[in-house]
Amino acid sequence: MESLKDKACIVGVGESAFTRGSGKTELRLMLEASLAAINDAGLKPHDIDGIIGPPLGATAEHFAANLGIEDLRYATTVHMGGASPVVALQSAALAVACGIANHVLIPCGWNGYSSNPVRGGGARAETGERPMPAPNPLANTIGAYYLPYGATVPAQFYAWLATRHMQMYGTPFESMGAIAIVERKHAQLNEKAMMRERPLTIDDYLAARWVSYPFRLYDCCLETDAACAVIVSAAERAGDSAKRPVYISGVAEGHPYPADDIPARPDPFVIGLSFAAPKAFAMAGVAHKDIDFMEVYDCFTYVVMLQIEAMGFCKRGEVKDFVRGGRLELGGELPLNTHGGLLSEAHVWGTNHIVEAARQLRHECGARQVQDAEVGLVTGWGDFGDGGLAILRR
Amino acid sequence: MAESRSYKLPLPRTGGMSADFYRFCRQHELRFQRCTECGTWRHIPRDMCAKCGSFKWEWARSSGKGKLFSWTTATQPMMPQFADQVPYSPIIVELDEGVRLVTWLTGVKPDELKLGMPVEVAFDDVTPEVSLPKFRRAA
Repeated sequence: MESLKDKACIVGVGESAFTRGSGKTELRLMLEASLAAINDAGLKPHDIDGIIGPPLGATAEHFAANLGIEDLRYATTVHMGGASPVVALQSAALAVACGIANHVLIPCGWNGYSSNPVRGGGARAETGERPMPAPNPLANTIGAYYLPYGATVPAQFYAWLATRHMQMYGTPFESMGAIAIVERKHAQLNEKAMMRERPLTIDDYLAARWVSYPFRLYDCCLETDAACAVIVSAAERAGDSAKRPVYISGVAEGHPYPADDIPARPDPFVIGLSFAAPKAFAMAGVAHKDIDFMEVYDCFTYVVMLQIEAMGFCKRGEVKDFVRGGRLELGGELPLNTHGGLLSEAHVWGTNHIVEAARQLRHECGARQVQDAEVGLVTGWGDFGDGGLAILRR
Repeated sequence: MAESRSYKLPLPRTGGMSADFYRFCRQHELRFQRCTECGTWRHIPRDMCAKCGSFKWEWARSSGKGKLFSWTTATQPMMPQFADQVPYSPIIVELDEGVRLVTWLTGVKPDELKLGMPVEVAFDDVTPEVSLPKFRRAA
C-alpha cells in the first residue's frame, strides 16, 4: 500500500483576531481566518477546491458560497470534537494525494467565549441557528447516564481519568501545574496570546479555585472567540504557493474503545492517540528523539500528560517526572505548546496548534522560535478521547 | 419521563434500551445487558455483543456490589439546577460483574473517597416515576 508520507503539505495558515466578545458570527470569524490563510499561501480564493468544514458553526458549502468556489471538488467534515482539525489533515492529505482536490481549506473556530449561554449566546448566523451537521453520538450517553448525576462537561469527564491516574501512579498536582506554567511562560513570547503579560507561578496555580476536582482554574483552557485556518496542497503543487511548504510526513487518527462511554473502557488510559501515534510515527519514519517540539491539545493540563504517555514519550505512570525539570520549555529537549496552547494563547480547537507548528517549521516565530526546528508534532484530542497525530517537517 | 414539581435536578433522557434500564431501576433492580450466547455483561446498552457478535441478550440482575473506580468533585455547578448540590461527586463504580456506571455515592464526603472503596447500590426514588441507582459505602 502506498503511504501518504510527504505527499501533502501545509502551504498557508491564518487566523482571525483572538478576543472575548467578537461581535461577529462564527462563520464570519472562520472566513476571516480562511482569507488570511489563502493570502499566506499566495493563492486566490477560487484556487481552493476542497473544504473540510468545522464540526460546528458552518458547513463546507457555506464557505464555498462566500469564497466564490464554483467547483467544489471535495467537501467533508470530521466529527471528532477538538481532534477534528488535526484529523482533517489526514483527510486533506488523502484528497490531494489522490488528485481529488489540489488545495484543501481547513477552517475552524467559534465564539467560545461569547457563545456561552451565560454570556448571552454571542452573534448568531443568519438563520439564528448554530448549524450542527450531525447528531452527537455522545449526547445519548450523557443524557441517559451522566446528566442525572450532574456530569455534563469535559472538565468532569476528563477529571475521572485524571483522578484515577493520580491515585494509581501518585501523579501530583505539581506536575499538572508544570504544564500550566510552561505554557504560560511561552505565551509571554507570543503577542497574540490572551494570557500575555499575565505570568503564572506554582503558588498561583495551587491557590486557584477548584473547578472540578482534580482540576483547578489553571488546569482548564481559555474560552476565546477565535478562528484559524490551514491550507493543505499536494506536494507537487507546493510550488504554486508563496511560502516554504511544511510537509505532512505522518498522520493518523484514533478512537478510544468504546468512543461513546468513558467508564466502559477496559483500560481508561488507552485513548484515540494510543492507536494513532504508532501509525503516524511509522509513516513519518521518525523516532521520538527526532521530534524538535510538540504542540499537544491542551483542553486540560492532565490531558496533555495522558497524551504524552499515550504517544510513548515515557512509560505509563512516569509522566509526573517527565514534565518537570525544564524539558518542555523553549530551549529544553522537547518544547511544549510554544504559542501558549489552549491554556494560554487561545481556544481555537487546536487549529492554532497546527498554525503554530507550521510557523515554527518555517522559522517565523521570532523570540519563541525553536532553534533549527526540522520536525514537530501536533496532536488533537476531542469528544471522549478521540485523537489525531500529525508529524510535520520542513 | 415527566418532571416532578419538587425534584429539580434533570431526569435521565431515555428511549429504547435506556428506558428499559430505568424501568428496572424503578423496580429497584439493577440490571444490565448480558449476552445469552457468550455471557458477556455490557453497559451502556447496545444492539450487539461486541465480543461474539450476537444480537441476543437478557437483562441480567447485578449483585449491586462494586468498587469505586474513579471520581470528580464539582465545586461549581455546571448546570444551574445543581447550584444547591455543590460540592457533589459524580463517581464511576465498577460492579462485581465488570460493568461500570456513573452515579453518586451517598453519605460519603468528597475527601473520604478512596479508590477501590467497596460500595453497594441503594435506589433513590427521586420522582414517582423515576428511581436512580445511587450507591452507599458497603462493609
